[in-house]
Amino acid sequence: MLVESSTVSREAFEQGTGWQLKPEGACKGDVCIPLNPVPGDTIDVADLAGRMGLPLAKDDAHGLWALGPESIGGRALTTAEAPDLRLPDLDGREFRLSSLRGRKVLIYAWAPY
Amino acid sequence: MWQALREALHPQGFELVTVGLDALGDEGCRPFIEAARPSHPSLIDAHHVMADLFGVVNIPQSVWIDEQGMIVRPAEVAPAPPDVPREPPQAPPGEVPERFQQIMAEAAKIRQDAEAYHAALRDWVARGSDSVYALPPDEVIARSQPRNADVALGHAHFELACELERRGHHDAAIGHFREAHRLVPESWTFRRQAWSLERPVDGPLARFWQGPDPSAPQDWPYEGDWLADIRAEGAENYYERWQP
Repeated sequence: MLVESSTVSREAFEQGTGWQLKPEGACKGDVCIPLNPVPGDTIDVADLAGRMGLPLAKDDAHGLWALGPESIGGRALTTAEAPDLRLPDLDGREFRLSSLRGRKVLIYAWAPY
Repeated sequence: MWQALREALHPQGFELVTVGLDALGDEGCRPFIEAARPSHPSLIDAHHVMADLFGVVNIPQSVWIDEQGMIVRPAEVAPAPPDVPREPPQAPPGEVPERFQQIMAEAAKIRQDAEAYHAALRDWVARGSDSVYALPPDEVIARSQPRNADVALGHAHFELACELERRGHHDAAIGHFREAHRLVPESWTFRRQAWSLERPVDGPLARFWQGPDPSAPQDWPYEGDWLADIRAEGAENYYERWQP
């Protein structure tokens, strides 16, 4: 998740990281990281990243940070519940993986290099 | 090749979603997508979220997801369908540079088990959760890529590098690509992406050069390159062996 200021909205944090902030902690699928309640609609990125164990890479010269994925389970997948992948097509229209619920889906990753 | 497979399996409730991983975004992917004219969702992933979300470390790789939105097979090598006739690789017009000859020689040694993979895919599409190839959740998680704190930090550096590249800060991006390579050495995609953004040669195959300019090797900003790395690791190890 790319960040250009020290704070982001709660919605942006949840969408960018895939972790939902609930009373019991930060949750993804059936996994929750226990946290003290996170009040309000504004998230201090560095603070919450530290509490959740999410890495933060910085490029101060360009005022840009990137919040990396979790590693709490020691594997790329924390849960087998598929994340709601959101990506654009060639025309810039956003596709959401959840729109294909009810079908078997094969996601195929390729590259033009 | 995948389009034909999609058309064959679509009536059975199957959908294919292709994702092009490229920091150059639609500029890099467009010619390939327009040539394929896909009838399925065909997406652009400029920051490689497929690596963050699913643990993709090489291409092509696939992830299988069932009707309930559960991953039943994590990221794994996805060979082209074996039953579709393929054209042999075409040499570019004119004289083939020695580097490309060497690349093609190494690529010819790469092994994939297309028959077994596609038999498993058809079995899953036909039988769903009764297929032995649909793995239970614990197995899906256990088979996904290892990820410790260093690897996670490497992903963050890689995303930063892709964004800097997109904003035109190529030199700044290189430092973060290098850090990503150091922290996530198992990712061929992270390496290939960065190498593809260097252009030691011109022409349509420039992004496949993936290594230093022979006349100025000192200008190459990365420790490895495709040819050197595949020779060091062994072409037979380029893709992990497919597990049923």
